[in-house]
Amino acid sequence: MSKKESTLLNMILSLLIVTVAAGLSLGSVNNLTKGPKAKAKLERKINALKLVLPQFNNNPVADIQMKKSEKAKDSVEIYPAYFDTNLVGTAVIGSSDKGFSGLIKIMVGFTPDGTIKNLVVLDQKETPGLGTKMKDEKYIKQYHDKNPSNFNLKVKKDGGKIDALTGATISSRAFSEAVEMAYEEFVKSEE
Amino acid sequence: MATAINQKQNFLKGIIKENPVFVMLLGMCPTLGVTSSAMNGLGMGIATLFVLLMSNIVVSLIKSQIPSKVRIPAFIIIIASFVTIVEMVLEAFIPFLYEQLGIFIPLIVVNCLILGRAEAFASKHNLLSSIIDALGMGIGFVIALTVLGATREILGSGSIFDIKFVSENANTFILFILPPGAFIALAYLAALFNRISIPTK
Repeated sequence: MSKKESTLLNMILSLLIVTVAAGLSLGSVNNLTKGPKAKAKLERKINALKLVLPQFNNNPVADIQMKKSEKAKDSVEIYPAYFDTNLVGTAVIGSSDKGFSGLIKIMVGFTPDGTIKNLVVLDQKETPGLGTKMKDEKYIKQYHDKNPSNFNLKVKKDGGKIDALTGATISSRAFSEAVEMAYEEFVKSEE
Repeated sequence: MATAINQKQNFLKGIIKENPVFVMLLGMCPTLGVTSSAMNGLGMGIATLFVLLMSNIVVSLIKSQIPSKVRIPAFIIIIASFVTIVEMVLEAFIPFLYEQLGIFIPLIVVNCLILGRAEAFASKHNLLSSIIDALGMGIGFVIALTVLGATREILGSGSIFDIKFVSENANTFILFILPPGAFIALAYLAALFNRISIPTK
């Protein structure tokens, strides 16, 4: 087994071949996974919508409204849900970057009078075992059927009515902030 | 030398004598970063095993065609390609694991275990030996990450593979889920492992 000499031509050629082969294989894998990737993302969104909204029979993903917001860097996504022609609820994605690490994204479902029906955590990178408990039923329940117009969403330490997670006050604060933001956007979208 | 390798020993060395985590202390970034639960450790271990296996196969196949002065860049490109493939496949088909592992998947590229095996083993041995070396090392890595993840999860969350065995409100050693706990658990496990596996004189 003789190694190729390290001449300039050999080096350029072998690196060229390796990179071209790598590029081609990556391109083909990307083509293969593009469909399933988009599908998995959409499925997650629809599942979340089904969880936070009352029964609906339109396609909220198609009726999406994008709103500019002063608080979030991206525009806010608002999904209206109709049953036949009646508006039965609205799902808003609220976010906060005040968490322990990274952005927290929460989808909040409101009934038309502004009461929170349910919420789902879409994105979070909080500490496993501490901040991640925000996904637990026990914590989320505190927000169920509350109307932010007469219910202070802040954690108890900040004068609100929410019991923060043990050892994860920062995460809980960010959670409340994301829900508050979703409510503000919801109120604005009603106007 | 390449022909006289005992394949059984070649396979076992990755698991015990040269265990990448507990003995050689390679690939510490994912080892400390993602092992907050047994499931994460297992997922990361398997992703790394796959990349290691594929890169060892390719490197061992094309080793005679790569001039030695540019071998490292060539190896890195090969490894990076396989990591990107793993990332795309995970995102498409196992989104749950993709979210959990997050930034640590692209970081498999710089896991010195993989480049180390490509450079130290696959570029000098034939295909079969390289595959067996990758399997041994990879499985050693999977075992180490799973054990470390399980230890931290048991102590820190009172659960294993997400199955709780303590009551909802029980106090657990939260320290073990946080980054310092990773160092402490790793040190004790490495000490224990070496005490058992290396015969005393």
